[in-house]
Amino acid sequence: MIYAVLSLAVLGALFGIVLGVANKKFAVEVDSRVEAVTKVLPGANCGNCGFPGCSGYAEAIVAGTVSLDACTPGREEVYHKIAAIMGVAVGAAKERKVVQLLCKGGRENAAFLYKYEGVQDCHVAAAMFKGPKVCSYGCLGLGSCVQACPFGGIQMGADQLPVIDYELCSGCGVCVNSCPQHVLKLVEVSHLVHVRCSNKEKGKQAKEACAVACIKCKLCEKNCPEGAISVVADAEGSIAVIDYTKCTNCGICVEKCPTRVIEKMLPLTTSFVQNKDFTAGQPPTGCQHCGLCQ
Amino acid sequence: MNTSTFKGGLHLPGYKEGTQGLSIVPASIPDKVYLPVSQHLGAPCIPLVEIGAEVKKGQKIAAGKGFVTAPIHASVSGQVVAIEKKQHPGGNFVDCLVIVNNRKEEWADTVKPNLHPGDLTAEEIRRIIFEAGIVGLGGATFPAHVKYAPVEGKKVEYIILNGVECEPYITADHRLMLEKAERIVAGLRYILKSTGCQQGIIAIEENKPDAIALLKKVVASDKHIRVQAFQEKYPQGSEKHLIYACTQREVPIGRLPLDVGVIVNNVGTAVAIADAVELGIPLIERVVTLSGDGIKKPANYLVRLGTLFSYLIAKSGGYTGEIEKIIAGGLMMGKAVFTPDIPVIKGSSGIVVLKKVIQKKIREYNCVRCGKCMEVCPLFLEPTTIVKLAKRGLWEEAAQNNALSCIECGSCAYVCPARIPLVQYLRRAKQAISVTRAKVKNVGGEK
Repeated sequence: MIYAVLSLAVLGALFGIVLGVANKKFAVEVDSRVEAVTKVLPGANCGNCGFPGCSGYAEAIVAGTVSLDACTPGREEVYHKIAAIMGVAVGAAKERKVVQLLCKGGRENAAFLYKYEGVQDCHVAAAMFKGPKVCSYGCLGLGSCVQACPFGGIQMGADQLPVIDYELCSGCGVCVNSCPQHVLKLVEVSHLVHVRCSNKEKGKQAKEACAVACIKCKLCEKNCPEGAISVVADAEGSIAVIDYTKCTNCGICVEKCPTRVIEKMLPLTTSFVQNKDFTAGQPPTGCQHCGLCQ
Repeated sequence: MNTSTFKGGLHLPGYKEGTQGLSIVPASIPDKVYLPVSQHLGAPCIPLVEIGAEVKKGQKIAAGKGFVTAPIHASVSGQVVAIEKKQHPGGNFVDCLVIVNNRKEEWADTVKPNLHPGDLTAEEIRRIIFEAGIVGLGGATFPAHVKYAPVEGKKVEYIILNGVECEPYITADHRLMLEKAERIVAGLRYILKSTGCQQGIIAIEENKPDAIALLKKVVASDKHIRVQAFQEKYPQGSEKHLIYACTQREVPIGRLPLDVGVIVNNVGTAVAIADAVELGIPLIERVVTLSGDGIKKPANYLVRLGTLFSYLIAKSGGYTGEIEKIIAGGLMMGKAVFTPDIPVIKGSSGIVVLKKVIQKKIREYNCVRCGKCMEVCPLFLEPTTIVKLAKRGLWEEAAQNNALSCIECGSCAYVCPARIPLVQYLRRAKQAISVTRAKVKNVGGEK
């Protein structure tokens, strides 16, 4: 008994000494700034900075090969902190971007082709006749973006459209890449007016597919004082597109749109739920001269 | 009886009683046919006719560019009235040439019987097969002439005609073998000639003893062709597994059957080739089994391409009641379609209509690690491992587990006690892997 205890104690002491010496002798010099920067970064490993993870970005910052404001989730706050650690003067930070859903065709508004019973993944549904909705451009509502968001910033709403929590949205763009329908788009926060439809079919088909569809009536284009919104045609079809460099957030198009596809949001200062707190004109009463009936 | 087979797979109920005793009946010709421009594996064809043009039966109306393509021919005589997007059995919307039938049934000038088919050279036969728009009629719709084209350094040792038909419900090939045995053998002889191959094997599952006996009688005097019976097992009709069962050769990952000296064709393809070579008739009709417990009168129809499913269903007396699903293709590998308003294409071997069943929706449970999917997987994959990786979006790791080898036979999902729709996840993984690989390729190309 006593020998066992003694021999173990001696062995323990020996190994302790060896380890202690090795620790001193073979110590790796770590720049303390790398650790500090890693700590400051959000730790979501979203990859938006161009590095596989936050630690990779931190190393690159300390090595001086990248700009300090590449971390979009961190926003200005993290930029300032990194600048302080690195001892660099703070410049003007890039404007924050958030993701916008360009579809309003929820369960109630959109027409359905069939009932989808398969795996809850938008990509799988998209392979079957472009999803269960008649509109082959719209949101499929199965939540691939919800799963993809590294910040838990997207939730599925009651009408099967994703609801984005702008407090949590970091603008990393992971959800944008996860969407097979490409209905999510990153837009700077200062832009408040958005065309929430992606359907490029002709007005009649679009209207049949969804109650809230861009019907290409061009009323927005005709009424925009800045010439910022126009119905742009490509090989697939056409859709109203806002040129954000010209848009002044005046909201005239919002009021003119007969199907109320265009929305104006409140400025992003507080957390709020999409589809509730937007301001829009009164619903149109009487003929808007969109020309669709002809 | 020597009945070879492969490892893995499962024994499925056949459900073939309803139609295997019914001879092939020509379905009447509809007033309108919808011919999709994409009926083969490869880039879609480009229409050769304008809207309003008069076309004759057998006239080439669409053709593609390149080598891996197959032209499309008018299946009725009449007028092209529109080119519109229509549902396609593949699960997407494809441009279709709509032809209104004028009931004249006039053949195009290009359709001429070949008076001396025996004098044709291998190259001429391949040319005829290409011009006739023949693709693999088993369902994969791979253009036939591509398979027969000689590849330097590769010798074709066996031509296997696939009459296995392991999918439940489908009996189109079975009936074809009983009714057109002579034509099948004639077609096989042309294939042998076009490839310079010496040995032909007609593969049949042992649940079709009548077809085996009949074809054995037909080929009795031919020393180049033999009939081989196979165990009744799913997926015996898969190309790779048939090759293994026939020749004990395994097709390596990512390679073609030709790499082991084998070409596999469906028996229906052989009949189409015999018709094209001897009579000059392009591929404008095929045998389709309409079956399932949701249909009043199941039948084997000889159908003009472009006929709508709904037309055939109406001919069969409609549904027995409320229906659960319409499946384009077989029960295991077919695709559920949401409407019967879908045209029959070159690859449609069957339509299965299932009666509505009242049952609780079975939800997906967690994997219980029983390993049943690995036991049945005919490709020795680990479906559960790949699916776990796919659920996490780890596509590269899924690719390392050979997700791309999956043939989507559905055996794993069939046996899974946790009801995990493994095939759907596997399909998703395969799609994502191909997309990411294409992206990497593009980026590499730009550099």
